[in-house]
Amino acid sequence: MNAQLQPTGSAYFIAKETEKPENHTLSVLVDNEPGVLARVIGLFSGRGYNIESLTVSETEHEKHLSRITIVTRGTPHVLEQIKHQLERIVPVHRVVDLSVMAEELGQQSPLARELALVKVAGTGDDRVEALRLADAFRASVIDANTEHFIFEITGKVSKVEQFIAIMKPLGLVEVCRTGVAAMNRGPQGM
Amino acid sequence: MSHGQYEQREMTGAEMVVQALKDNGVLHLFGYPGGAVLPIYDELFQQDAVQHILVRHEQGAGHAAEGYARSTGKPGVMLVTSGPGATNAVTPLQDALMDSIPLVCLTGQVPTSLIGSDAFQECDTVGITRPCTKHNWLVKDVNDLSRIIHEAFHVATTGRPGPVVVDIPKDVQFAKGIYTPPQTAPRTSYQPKVQGDLNQIKAAVELMATARRPIIYSGGGVINSGPEASQLLRELVELTGFPITSTLMGLGAYPASGRNWMGMLGMHGTYEANMAMHDCDVMVCIGARFDDRITGRLDAFSPNSKKIHIDIDPSSINKNVRADVPVIGDVGRVLEDMVRLWRATVKTDKKSLHPWWEQIAKWRARDSLAYTPNNDVIMPQYAVQRLYEATKGKDTYITTEVGQHQMWAAQHFHFDEPNRWMTSGGLGTMGYGLPAALGVQIAHPDALVIDIAGDASVQMTIQEMSCAVQYDAPIKIFILNNQYMGMVRQWQQLLHGNRLSHSYTEAMPDFVKLAEAYGGHGIRCEKPGDLDDAIKEMIDVRKPVIFDCRVVTLANCFPMIPSGKAHNEMLLPDEATDEAVANAIDAKGRELV
Repeated sequence: MNAQLQPTGSAYFIAKETEKPENHTLSVLVDNEPGVLARVIGLFSGRGYNIESLTVSETEHEKHLSRITIVTRGTPHVLEQIKHQLERIVPVHRVVDLSVMAEELGQQSPLARELALVKVAGTGDDRVEALRLADAFRASVIDANTEHFIFEITGKVSKVEQFIAIMKPLGLVEVCRTGVAAMNRGPQGM
Repeated sequence: MSHGQYEQREMTGAEMVVQALKDNGVLHLFGYPGGAVLPIYDELFQQDAVQHILVRHEQGAGHAAEGYARSTGKPGVMLVTSGPGATNAVTPLQDALMDSIPLVCLTGQVPTSLIGSDAFQECDTVGITRPCTKHNWLVKDVNDLSRIIHEAFHVATTGRPGPVVVDIPKDVQFAKGIYTPPQTAPRTSYQPKVQGDLNQIKAAVELMATARRPIIYSGGGVINSGPEASQLLRELVELTGFPITSTLMGLGAYPASGRNWMGMLGMHGTYEANMAMHDCDVMVCIGARFDDRITGRLDAFSPNSKKIHIDIDPSSINKNVRADVPVIGDVGRVLEDMVRLWRATVKTDKKSLHPWWEQIAKWRARDSLAYTPNNDVIMPQYAVQRLYEATKGKDTYITTEVGQHQMWAAQHFHFDEPNRWMTSGGLGTMGYGLPAALGVQIAHPDALVIDIAGDASVQMTIQEMSCAVQYDAPIKIFILNNQYMGMVRQWQQLLHGNRLSHSYTEAMPDFVKLAEAYGGHGIRCEKPGDLDDAIKEMIDVRKPVIFDCRVVTLANCFPMIPSGKAHNEMLLPDEATDEAVANAIDAKGRELV
């Protein structure tokens, strides 16, 4: 039976990945204490998971709770692991996969919004065009002089992306984005 | 002083540390002093409730605490200074994380005002140890100190046990604050689930009752759950009549002398255990985690079975292998429900398992642990067998280093009780066994504690011999000396054209003289005929012993699941001809990791 061996030549057994990766949005409720974000981020880098977007802020001051929103990409198997690994972190209270929850609620995807500050510098036609487009995208001007605008735009990630792309030839200087804030539709909480 | 009877008291941070240790039932502490922990050492000096064991290297303190923990079921505690003290603790911390050992590590830190200034012996201890602990804390306010230490003990010992670090700056050790005794109200975000879902347990029992080719695959979780869990496991095996195998970490939970015992499974497990895993129809995994050394090739792992997986850690479920019936909870609690439900609902028909047991008997008849005896040189397997025979009926604890000798010990030394076998399974830490033996001996001063060692591994922490002599800990270091890093050499033979790159130790110390230099006792044995007498001498000497057992140099550890192969494609010792071993690699294979 074992006369001719053809091992892989490795001390490890590497299986082919057959599942397709998906984007999911996770909400993680944590105690707002020193190092908690490092624990979450370290988990992702240490175990080779992806972070597409990350947002964090204290949401309940009196309880010192922060809500971290992470957009990650992985196969369903990996996404399940990410959720369970996050739950092992001691200061983590709850982890909800908003994408899975949306599916359970019969919705396509969770509500997700992002805010971006977009600085555009220029004069003449480009400047007029930038202002016209900003109006079309419902971006508001929060700072300006004769040579530049700073626009504030809020919306779906795709809308923000599109706005930035359009501003590029019109004198885009810099962009600052918050990352995604997300929750599910309907009356119930996470 | 009993819990709760004193009110809150003012004391210094250093006093709090010692008081918190006492209040958490700590009797022994393994450590090494340094600038940033001097106030704590000053407090230790002025009391005798907690005995401090002075090691020779912080790694030794960690492994000793691990051995102490694993042999007693209590948390192991270590105390080290800042900077290099903390970084030297990293290996045992990761070791304890991988093997789920409750380990509380207290580290000194430079004063809070100097943190971040690259001060002398400063390092980012919580940053460095974050990924190798279950949780860690930097204490910046003395009034948080006692609460955090109590919480650290709670986190280390509950749920899936693991290592924790409490980093205490020197100014916090000097500062005065209010001490609070341990309380039973843990933080709200940490609530490990211990009770298994009854519906899931019912589903598991129903599935088990229909099994015709069942197998129980148990692991270190059974041992971590406590002696009751091992007792319940034995009851379950007795009730169901199922065959049982175990991981390296789980040896002793079910007795090796038990009728249903199949030996260890996995890469160097027995043929019958691995074949039964491959061919079974129902697999009951109890407190094990489908490690890659267990499963072999994942896509060919036990292809036709339904799998029940009992684990306290939800992230273990479906991590490597899909579970059909997952049960999340403490192994002991779940087994209790399982045994009760089986008794109440299942009419056991052991006859239906007869064909399965007949098949197992055929596999067993292959005698996969056999080796060719030799009258001139000591075979390593023979040495372990003789050691086992000589220690039968004694109060024996075994630790190991990592490598071939570890596998031979697991195969040929037989454990009838839990907590008797201390080995580095997940991390595979060479140098684990000697300090671990020391920790075991401190916890069990009258027991026979033997480190089955390799000549390469043992030199990684050999300095702890000095500690063993200091504390009259009569540990026995039984070295299977083949002058090679045997497992490295075996892999080089199998995978790298027998080019033995740096796996031979050309300048080996004289272990007998080394033992004597440390103040211990040295024995050398070179002939199989002298072995029994030499082992007897080792056991009888009430001193730390280094036993230099010269074994055949080029023995390989079989049976073995070669890389990339499934359980039913084991390489058995009688088939491992030179040709089969030499052909064990192709060019394509070498491109992989």
